[in-house]
Amino acid sequence: MFDVNRIRKDFPILEEEIYGKPLVYLDNGATTQRPLQVVERMTEYYLRYNSNVHRGVHYLSNKCTDANEQARETVREFINAVSTDEIIFTRGTTESINLVAHSFGEAFIREGDEIIVTEMEHHANIVPWQMLCERKKAVLKVVPFNGKGELNMEEFGKLLNERVKLVGVAYVSNVLGTVNPVKEIIDAAHAFGAYVLVDGAQAIQHIPVDMQALDCDFFAFSGHKVYGPTGVGVLYGKRGLLEQMPPWQGGGEMIKEVRFEKTTYNDLPFKFEAGTPDFIGVIGLGEALEYVKGIGLQDIASYEHDLMNYAMEQIRTVPNIILFGEAAEKSSVISFGIGGIHHFDLGTLLDKMGIAIRTGQLCAEPVMQHYGVTGMARASIAMYNTREEIDVFCEGLRKIEKIFKL
Amino acid sequence: MTIEEIENQIVDEFSIYDDWMDKYAYLIEIGNGLAAMGEEHKTGDNLIKGCQSQVWFHAELKDGKLYFEADSDAIITKGIAGLLIRVFSGQTPHDIVKADLKFIDTIGLTQHLSPTRSNGLLSMVKQIKYYALAYEGK
Repeated sequence: MFDVNRIRKDFPILEEEIYGKPLVYLDNGATTQRPLQVVERMTEYYLRYNSNVHRGVHYLSNKCTDANEQARETVREFINAVSTDEIIFTRGTTESINLVAHSFGEAFIREGDEIIVTEMEHHANIVPWQMLCERKKAVLKVVPFNGKGELNMEEFGKLLNERVKLVGVAYVSNVLGTVNPVKEIIDAAHAFGAYVLVDGAQAIQHIPVDMQALDCDFFAFSGHKVYGPTGVGVLYGKRGLLEQMPPWQGGGEMIKEVRFEKTTYNDLPFKFEAGTPDFIGVIGLGEALEYVKGIGLQDIASYEHDLMNYAMEQIRTVPNIILFGEAAEKSSVISFGIGGIHHFDLGTLLDKMGIAIRTGQLCAEPVMQHYGVTGMARASIAMYNTREEIDVFCEGLRKIEKIFKL
Repeated sequence: MTIEEIENQIVDEFSIYDDWMDKYAYLIEIGNGLAAMGEEHKTGDNLIKGCQSQVWFHAELKDGKLYFEADSDAIITKGIAGLLIRVFSGQTPHDIVKADLKFIDTIGLTQHLSPTRSNGLLSMVKQIKYYALAYEGK
């Protein structure tokens, strides 16, 4: 049984007061909080077991290596990948996408090839492809979205042809909250022989994902958005594809044999993990996924769905509210403005009430341009948020609206 | 009045508000009351651009004293700019350069001094001091 009050007890930060007011944390799209279990597990490894992985013959090194590889298995199970060979640990979603842009790009992209992204992507799923296109003289194409913040699938269909080698798409938009029809996109792209990378940064903590059912070629996410530590993330890639890709960074761990004449590379997944990884971060990520699994992502999703409906209902009652993104399939993110009030002012005044939201261009300038705004305010929920917090938030908005009317 | 005297006056004004919201409501009032900036001065050269809000600052030297104009698309930022104009406008470049601006801390606006807030108070103060430095020798 999903019990939000019990869950909140695992997150001590939620008891904090900000300027003497109880914290209302609605900036989960930027980063979620970590439960005690994650912090304690990492602390335990720092204090009792710290030792470099995959190197030593000694007890501690083996202990850390086992925990690191156990976390890999936890990730595999969490996203239902076929094999742990398909789970590569990175610094986060951004690095995962850059890895693909470099390594896949090196092996698969030629002059005149096309790469498709959408108008609602985070900069992390735009810029690496632009850089790749520049290197390879390839062409970047963009799928637009409509007034509700839904992708124009007809346009997407028109963009597909045999020159398209890769499609990059966010599962959930970090600005609009739109849950994109990724399965449909993947199937359509595959029909033209194109590969698909799904940016799962805003999905992994809200929607159960299954790599085998989705059939995407790459899937990227960050630990810190799914109640895990910062600085660690995952790139999932289909084994057959990863095997055809050259290593990205060179160094320790990624090699089989080093000779000055010729160096050979390690097997998957280590081929893509040069240097000492953040193994304690990885162990923390494993613990975070275990924590989520313990509560049940399906239960989390239905609780959040209900909370989102309530939040959308409530925020619509705020005078002069402007909502960005009202897709039928929407998750976790509400971007908004209040007529005549700058997003910076909104964020600053909410902060003074102890309410944490994000403001600005939200790392998605093309979305700002689509709506012709210089920025937005964004509230984003997680499993530990409550209806009472939504009430405090909307009450805060009403108060601000009044201050500005005076 | 000297810079320090004006600072003390501002500190007195803010001291009557216990509540943060009231302090900000006062800043908004100052922002709303700020004299309109000449459109010809809202140029790229005068823009302090950042992620959160846009601020324009313009300076002019008259009889050895500097006079400032400012505008912003965010009203709190404009209020802060208004406070700075009140403190600095009509002062000599020399006095502006050596001012240490204790009032910002005293009235509790320190969070706007964070160097990562490119549009915060710090970049505005920096800009004003640059103007003063540039005019100091003239």
